[in-house]
Amino acid sequence: MLSLAELMTNREGFGAFVMGNHALARAMAEAGTAVITSYPGSPTPEIAEALQAPPEKSRPYHFEFAANEKVALEIAAGASLNGHPSAVFFKSVGLNVAADSLIQLPLMELPGGMVIILGDDPGANSSQNEQDNRWFARMSYMPLFEPATPAEAYVMYKEAAELARERRAPVLLRLTTHVCHARENVKFSELPPAHDWTPRFDAAAGPYVPITSSVFPLKRRALEKLDAWAFYGEKSPLTSVYKASQPAAGRRLGLISSGLPALCALEAVRNAGAPVDVLKLGLTYPLPAVLVSEFLAEHDEVYVLEELDRVLEGELKALAYDKGLACRIHARKGHGELMGELSPERARACLAGVWPKLFPAPERARREAPAPRLPQMCPGCGHRSAFHAIKRALPPGAITVGDIGCHSLGYLPPYNMGEVLFSMGHSVSTASGLALGNSARKVVAFVGDSTFFHAGMPGLVNAAWRDSDITLVLLDNGTTAMTGHQPRPGNGELGERLNLPAILGDLGVKFVRECDAYDQAKLDAQLKEAMEYKGFAVVIARHPCMLKFMRERRRANPALQAQHAVIDQAKCARHYVCAAEFACPSFIRHEDGSVTVNNELCIGDGSCIQTCPAQAIGRDK
Amino acid sequence: MAFNIYLCGVGGQGIGLLAASLAQAAARAGLPARACDTHGLAQRGGVVSSHIRLGADALTPLVPEGEADLVLALERLEALRGAAQYLKPGGRVLYYDTAYQPVSVRAAQAHYPTVEEVKKEVEEMGGQAEAVKAGEMRDPRMQNAALLGRVAALGLIPGIPAATIEEILAEMAPPAALEENLAIFRAARAQ
Repeated sequence: MLSLAELMTNREGFGAFVMGNHALARAMAEAGTAVITSYPGSPTPEIAEALQAPPEKSRPYHFEFAANEKVALEIAAGASLNGHPSAVFFKSVGLNVAADSLIQLPLMELPGGMVIILGDDPGANSSQNEQDNRWFARMSYMPLFEPATPAEAYVMYKEAAELARERRAPVLLRLTTHVCHARENVKFSELPPAHDWTPRFDAAAGPYVPITSSVFPLKRRALEKLDAWAFYGEKSPLTSVYKASQPAAGRRLGLISSGLPALCALEAVRNAGAPVDVLKLGLTYPLPAVLVSEFLAEHDEVYVLEELDRVLEGELKALAYDKGLACRIHARKGHGELMGELSPERARACLAGVWPKLFPAPERARREAPAPRLPQMCPGCGHRSAFHAIKRALPPGAITVGDIGCHSLGYLPPYNMGEVLFSMGHSVSTASGLALGNSARKVVAFVGDSTFFHAGMPGLVNAAWRDSDITLVLLDNGTTAMTGHQPRPGNGELGERLNLPAILGDLGVKFVRECDAYDQAKLDAQLKEAMEYKGFAVVIARHPCMLKFMRERRRANPALQAQHAVIDQAKCARHYVCAAEFACPSFIRHEDGSVTVNNELCIGDGSCIQTCPAQAIGRDK
Repeated sequence: MAFNIYLCGVGGQGIGLLAASLAQAAARAGLPARACDTHGLAQRGGVVSSHIRLGADALTPLVPEGEADLVLALERLEALRGAAQYLKPGGRVLYYDTAYQPVSVRAAQAHYPTVEEVKKEVEEMGGQAEAVKAGEMRDPRMQNAALLGRVAALGLIPGIPAATIEEILAEMAPPAALEENLAIFRAARAQ
């Protein structure tokens, strides 16, 4: 079996069955991309997994995780200014963080070229929304490529990177969750010769400073480049037409789509044996107007099948109007069809809305779903201990504000804490707003350590400056846990370990307490003191991510025999605090009312021991 | 028609290795294969799933609801959930019989199904369910190997020989746990 390191460093071509994210990483190496940056976020972290697989010295590129998406984008842009081909990748909502600099890039000459890879998330599988980043291409005058499969992601990246370099421009490559995570056979090519690291920044190739006098020439150049992309799109090898196996007997029917939705449509068309031709676009912005108008002219009716927003639909309708085409253009109707991820079945249902006879509904029995299973914090998670203490410390009527990370799960039963959540790092400032003119209800915010460094610091600086009357619990597990334990600034894995209480003190926070979240008595006391304090108070509830901790222990000692919690059945008074309130997944509640421990799940951390009112929990060894 | 396999379990059980092994085995056996993992928030103790589609007419990687020929689950409640959503009439369900109670069950708000209930409910769906159970294991993630052994023994996936599954498992299992995984696989295969 091919290892990830071999995937990245094999000099010759080969074939392999790989995930989209891994195919993309190989494409970067083959394209000679010299600088690659990121901030971790699903569905993209496995790109980094492949990039980091070879030891640093044998990587033909520089890769780094940055403190946030904007920082990552700026590092990649800086490298491109020096003539180094670069790429940056992050999740859908990461683009919002990066947007302030991203929007400027198409105005600039980027001699190395740059590919911005977006991991969009239709269906909001692991994001706080399902925003459609195709709009950003329009807003920033940037071309947009949309692959449908791992093999296409590989081919399109290489094409996009080469064109970006030729045109000294940034390019958007938009993947969606199930393109990133799909696996299939991909044929790879050889690696290029080593990169020349001569720094070639030349201010004369600019201007690079957009002041009033230069903004319009810069904008004109961006618009001219966009025209050139449209010209490329007309002849792009990334466009496909799938003719129906038998032509329509009556009206000529067609469908226009892109990415994975185009394959959903094609599967629906083939399953139904419907006489519908499918045009699948690879470059979706700017629209290849000639090619598309020809397709519209060749058909009497065309369905524009999109996922999420109505982006292509308006542009196609405007095009048909401008060209005076008689083709009837259909599109999705109703709010339901504008939400969620598309599947072949959903594509069929959309098409049945206009061509019911061609796309009949399959018969399917409705089945009842069994007991729901919501995600929960892992056995031994320090956040559970923290929430257990916070819940008891909260005064009546308190408002709790959550943030992004594993601790977002505190919102789910049984803790139900962190009742407001907008975005990465919002919690401190949103809490500051909730506290204004409010002396009746205590406001308590949560933030994780990685998110604190990502976007939480400005809010915290502001709260300290204004001495906002809120309590912030900084849940410090020492890593970026939710996305797979990427390093964060200051945790000592890379660079110096930073002292959080000292940083907070230097930022002007006057009330700072710190303790291990497992120490419930101490944490209880600190939380109560903080919540009674008038002004901005921070409690750092520390405990290492136990998933990471246990993995590292097992790696160091494969024969490790874990301890387990054990319940003294004679002492157990059936309060169910362990199973339902503290709610560690390791407890089993039997039909007869007794509680035992599931040794497959319990890691023997003992965080539950202090929470049993009957003191019935101990350890087995 | 494509042969569809829906795999599911609870975050942390190592479903990734199970799905990757079968998908790689399919690719090595020369079958046109597409696969897809579902990730995200759910990996923290929630439902995780993976999809494998074999056959040239599968253009997309996710198994359509109600169209799985085979549901493979690493946990009993998830076997039932997977079958209810994905199993097609006449399909098979094979699951490792371990029970991870969700919060709703631990708070006595929901019922956790018995082996008999799973069997009966799957029969009502027009399918057939089998529970797999092996002896004590050092690491519960090795339950994957037992499930793979039964898949191989029963020849549940057309076109993938048992020997190919074993070959892939031998290449993909973590080196420190290779011998144990192979022993569990072979015991389950010989059952």
